[in-house]
Amino acid sequence: MSTQSLHKRKNKLSETENQLEILSHGIFANGELPTFKQKIAETNQFPLRPKKLEILQINVGYMCNQVCSHCHVDAGPDRKEIMTKETMLQCIDVIKTTGAHTLDLTGGAPEMNPNFRWFVEEASKAGVKDFIVRSNLTIIEANKKYHDLPEFFKKHNVHVVSSMPHWTKGKTDKQRGEGVFNKSIEALKKLNNVGYGMPGSDLKLDLVYNPAGAFLPTNQASMEKDFKKALMDDFGIQFHNLFAITNLPISRFLEYLIASDNYEDYMYSLVEAFNPSAVSNVMCTNTISVSWDGWLYDCDFNQMLELKVASKVKHISEYNEAVLNDRDIIISQHCYGCTAGSGSSCQGSVA
Amino acid sequence: MDNTYYDPKDLKKFPKISEWSEELGAKFFDYYGKVFEEGALSAREKSLIALAVAHVVKCPYCIDAYTQDGLQRGITKEEMMEAVHAGAAIESGATLVHGVQMMKKYDKLSM
Repeated sequence: MSTQSLHKRKNKLSETENQLEILSHGIFANGELPTFKQKIAETNQFPLRPKKLEILQINVGYMCNQVCSHCHVDAGPDRKEIMTKETMLQCIDVIKTTGAHTLDLTGGAPEMNPNFRWFVEEASKAGVKDFIVRSNLTIIEANKKYHDLPEFFKKHNVHVVSSMPHWTKGKTDKQRGEGVFNKSIEALKKLNNVGYGMPGSDLKLDLVYNPAGAFLPTNQASMEKDFKKALMDDFGIQFHNLFAITNLPISRFLEYLIASDNYEDYMYSLVEAFNPSAVSNVMCTNTISVSWDGWLYDCDFNQMLELKVASKVKHISEYNEAVLNDRDIIISQHCYGCTAGSGSSCQGSVA
Repeated sequence: MDNTYYDPKDLKKFPKISEWSEELGAKFFDYYGKVFEEGALSAREKSLIALAVAHVVKCPYCIDAYTQDGLQRGITKEEMMEAVHAGAAIESGATLVHGVQMMKKYDKLSM
């Protein structure tokens, strides 16, 4: 497992055109498999159009204290892209005017942005219903200056959504790095101690499960049951919901698929598991993704592939919801990941 | 690819068996699907049983399918190997228990 991002290693997959080339002209080139566009056209769902905006997802930077092997952001300690206070102010202006009920802060480790706490304080004043921070958990343990994050989250009633690939050390550390499991367990205990994740508590703590390998997630409800039992039995830890997310074949997960000779089989699995009823609920239909430098995307995955929204409005500084909502969503073969099986989104299953 | 009796890609063609016998194929897949639903045993437990049996009947397709199924269900490699040993123990036990017949026959024929 590499401890550096694709960018740092100057891996050819750090160039998005190389990823798109593999995605579009790999196993789909001979016509054996239908393209995503063909597949959704069969059920009269092309072009994919946005519905009412519900979620504003803001990526405040690609810097992270972890280098997970499946990371679609290619985040890591060597990534320096960080959202400035100026862009954050533009986001806050939008938050005040948009009808979106959920603000979803992601990264990297969003907490590593030096303006993170200021942004949370300012954004929470705007009265968002559901204010999510996607925390990798270990950041709470990473440095003294982050130790009070559970209390800070509690003070602002932040909804914490945390990554956890498995309830065992081996699988977790393999995907996320040596020592991640133990630190995650400690962080979860601290969140529980201030009231997060407890039955009936308003302090929401949800976990995100990404499969640790070249396979799709199983039924979210049964996985949640197993996670809850194991974490309670082994560590006395409680949480609210588990979101099962399919790994999309881009960035470092694409690197892993190719290196392990799993790419073709994985793409076949995604196409075979295509679920037409998941299409209408994929996250790009009710979400706008904002990058660290303020550009707008249909989703976090399109952001990483540098596929900006197909709209006159392309930047947070020129945000106009009506104009933005009148667009076709940009799709490619990676979109099979969000429509496989029960479907996948940042909020888990969609079908 | 070298000529072999088993091609991993054939696993995906399993549903095609219904094409030559629609009624029986449908009955089999209905039954199969029902068997692996949650019941008195969880789908997770049934997946481990299937993995053990796959090894006992030496079915490469089934080993492929139920290793993947186990991974999807979050079953650990330690649990999978324990299931395989359980299957192997029954299989070798079934061989060894016939040793009783051998011993009886041996004793009967011996002075």
